[in-house]
Amino acid sequence: MNKLQIILKGIVRENPTFVLILGMCPTLGTTTSAINGCGMGVATMAVLIMSNLVISLIKNFIPDKVRIPAFIVVIASFVTIIQMLMQAFVPALYASLGVFIPLIVVNCIILGRAEAFASKNGPLDSILDGVGIGLGFTLSLTVIGAVREVLGSGAIFDMPLGIGDYTPLVFVLAPGGFFVLGYLMILFNKFAKK
Amino acid sequence: MVAVLFTITLVASAGVGGVNMITADAIAEAKKLAVTQAVKNVLPEFDRSEMTELTVDEIPVKVYTAVAGDEVAGYAVESMTKMGFGGAIRMMVGFSPEGEVLNVNVLEQSETPGLGTKMCDEGNALIGSVQGKNPADMKLKVKKDGGDVDALTAATISSRAYVDAVARAYAAFASVSGKGSADGVTGATNGDDDSWKGGKDE
Repeated sequence: MNKLQIILKGIVRENPTFVLILGMCPTLGTTTSAINGCGMGVATMAVLIMSNLVISLIKNFIPDKVRIPAFIVVIASFVTIIQMLMQAFVPALYASLGVFIPLIVVNCIILGRAEAFASKNGPLDSILDGVGIGLGFTLSLTVIGAVREVLGSGAIFDMPLGIGDYTPLVFVLAPGGFFVLGYLMILFNKFAKK
Repeated sequence: MVAVLFTITLVASAGVGGVNMITADAIAEAKKLAVTQAVKNVLPEFDRSEMTELTVDEIPVKVYTAVAGDEVAGYAVESMTKMGFGGAIRMMVGFSPEGEVLNVNVLEQSETPGLGTKMCDEGNALIGSVQGKNPADMKLKVKKDGGDVDALTAATISSRAYVDAVARAYAAFASVSGKGSADGVTGATNGDDDSWKGGKDE
């Protein structure tokens, strides 16, 4: 598999949100607006790239019996680091993502890639896999967030479109999240399968 | 096996500790800046301010007394309520020296997006009902409860919580400024060390 394919498969063929259907909790929780979805995606991507790299480097030293605890320690450390960096340098985004940042630790995408990819491949491929899956996750969350924001609050990337009074509010609430996710999943799979 | 796990946790905790050392100051700075900015947003220009901490109905409230020259320019009260639809709501309420509400700035809330979150928007019904008015001259309750405050559409619980926080802010203001009645206020402590310079650019 060449390097570009590793990145591309994370975006289309193994898109974490629409195809692998992993990490649904942050997907539904943070996509109330395009900016929040994008911010959550980027934070997850940063953790994913770093944890993939480190896990692929230390995979030969970790006894098989304790690999899950070892992975979790690595992932949790990176999440804590990202959390502190965000709190220090982008406090506004940190405030709006709130509890979902620490919850990246239990995001199944990260542990899933550690287990399925990073623990079997070299460091460079693992970084690329992190970039691909991370981009796929970020793009999916941004698209879901944008659709929900336009339909629910009549704005996109916080810019009002002047239709705010006529939009059905349900799209920024939890039920709307399920609707949008479901329909986007159908659309995505219809076109990606071709 | 134990040695490997121990090594991993040791390296990981060292990394987290290292980043914490780098970011601790920046985080404290960002938090302080957020408070300073919030005080500036609700008050006219001032030179310096002084913080007083007190408790209103068992909820801690901070009052920033802003001074311009020798006169009190206003009071910014960091108030909160636990009655919100999605938990606690924190806000900064600015009062003129006479007790008029100058501005309200919601700092933190987890209300329903599109309904309760409208309390953060500029010119929403809630702020429209209290801005420029003295809480002593009005019934600080939503109209549904027989008061004078217009509630947000379809967000009565959030509106009640908002009013509750404003009322708590007013009680704290009354206690610190000595104007109006201060019900349920206890334990005023002066936090002189925490005062900072603000207002005009330094």
